[in-house]
Amino acid sequence: MNKAVENLVVVENRRLTAHHSLLRLTSSTSLPPMIPGQFVEVLADGSTSTFLRRPISINLFDADNNELWLLVAIVGDGTKAIASKEKGDKLNCIFPLGNGFSIDINPASRVLLVGGGVGVAPLLFLGRRLSEAGVAPSFLLGARTADDILEREMFEQTGKVYITTEDGSAGQRGFVTNHTILADESFDMIYTCGPNPMMKAVASYAYNNKIRCEASLENLMACGLGACLCCVEKTVDGNLCVCKDGPVFDTRKLLWNK
Amino acid sequence: MANLNVNIAGLSLPNPVMTASGTFGYGIEFSDFVDLSQIGAIIVKGTTLLPREGNDYPRMAETAQGMLNCVGLQNKGVDYFCERIYPELSKYNSRFIVNVSGSSPDDYAECASRIDALDGIPAIELNISCPNVRQGGMAFGVTTEGAASVVREVRKRYHKTLVVKLSPNVTDIADIARAVEGAGADAVSLINTLMGMSIDIEHRRSRLSIGTGGLSGPAVKPVAVRMVWQVARAVKIPVIGLGGIMNAADAIEFFMAGASAIEIGTANFIDPQVTIKVRDGIDKWLDEHGCLSLQEIIGAVR
Repeated sequence: MNKAVENLVVVENRRLTAHHSLLRLTSSTSLPPMIPGQFVEVLADGSTSTFLRRPISINLFDADNNELWLLVAIVGDGTKAIASKEKGDKLNCIFPLGNGFSIDINPASRVLLVGGGVGVAPLLFLGRRLSEAGVAPSFLLGARTADDILEREMFEQTGKVYITTEDGSAGQRGFVTNHTILADESFDMIYTCGPNPMMKAVASYAYNNKIRCEASLENLMACGLGACLCCVEKTVDGNLCVCKDGPVFDTRKLLWNK
Repeated sequence: MANLNVNIAGLSLPNPVMTASGTFGYGIEFSDFVDLSQIGAIIVKGTTLLPREGNDYPRMAETAQGMLNCVGLQNKGVDYFCERIYPELSKYNSRFIVNVSGSSPDDYAECASRIDALDGIPAIELNISCPNVRQGGMAFGVTTEGAASVVREVRKRYHKTLVVKLSPNVTDIADIARAVEGAGADAVSLINTLMGMSIDIEHRRSRLSIGTGGLSGPAVKPVAVRMVWQVARAVKIPVIGLGGIMNAADAIEFFMAGASAIEIGTANFIDPQVTIKVRDGIDKWLDEHGCLSLQEIIGAVR
């Protein structure tokens, strides 16, 4: 799959919360095929203190409308500069990067997509693709408070949604791994993206219940292309680049349960 | 169109723009973005006699106008390079130079001799300046005796163009340059990264797994230009300049300081097409200033 570097144009910047923007981007040419779990290296033009691009996962690829969606969490000057782009502005992007989630699965599979914080972003795209393939996805989404749950309606249009919040302001109180759905139902496949402690807990649950699990990692990156070897994760095959060999890994390959 | 050809001790290049080791993979990683044959030369990632896993994560910290890294020479070893990577590189009509590192003069020499046997690799760059591995690398590059000893051993067993990459983490880089020239180096490249550190104040710990790392990017450019200027006045062999080059104007500073060619490193992470843009920008600048050849500006600043 060829990678491109291109100035994409902002169609809309929707402020989802005080710290999250949804950027809908388009191109004058046809966007290339993309797989859920892949990401974009975005140039943070105008950032005062940062220098490197910011890796941001693909929230949705809408081929019909030739749109690429990025859900940006504002955590520093780089992401702040990216999230400040308005309709008509250009955003320099390298994409699509990395390997995506496994979507070629039996349609009868019971799949659970577990996301935390801005880690829910690639799961919307994944859920849509699974749904198109005849798989009925369930989502388990964790957030600090009810206000921090991102794109809830979009997820609800795609599958069953279960929520946990740390303060109990929506869904069940606690972390995603505390949700009763994990005890009440059984799954054949789990996909997860979010903070590392959350993903490790989800991977551990999957491991103990002999469920296949894929996690999307977000180690600090420089190049995004597998050249600098900065974003490595220890695996059964040695140090692998999250940007090129991931960001999605089968959790059995990671040294998390050791 | 000015004449951009350069000749570095027998190594003939169509233009002076090379990629710095460790920032461009084997080149193949960037083949979707640039025509590799258009780049002067591609210096592939550091290769050692035996495979190395490198240092633990985190290996990178972003800093003001730059970044620190402590990758630690992760690579699959010279045999893997010769058997698996080299045949792939042979498919591209480009010029590949291998960056060679080691932990003893014998190590370096053995690794270099294996590369010597590859017809399609016209030169090596000897890394005696990596700040991120305890043994090898910088340990040799910070004394005149250490630097000369490695170059002497390699020179005995390597017969093509031998470039030696110098560390800026020294008292007098011109002394080191003279020492490697005396030991048989055909050219020197500088600077490798400047040793630095960045602290996460909330967690009261370094942002890098091994504590320190090498600083690269625009932040180091003035230091690099100064060192290239000093070295170019101290040795007769060609000097290859690198350190924070982001655009053609940066590159021209290095030429004027005395560099015969340049390497682009960290900028590849920001713009995967920067090498070609810099080449075209140098050409344009020379045209606009009435220069028929790049040679006219090399060492222009005395």
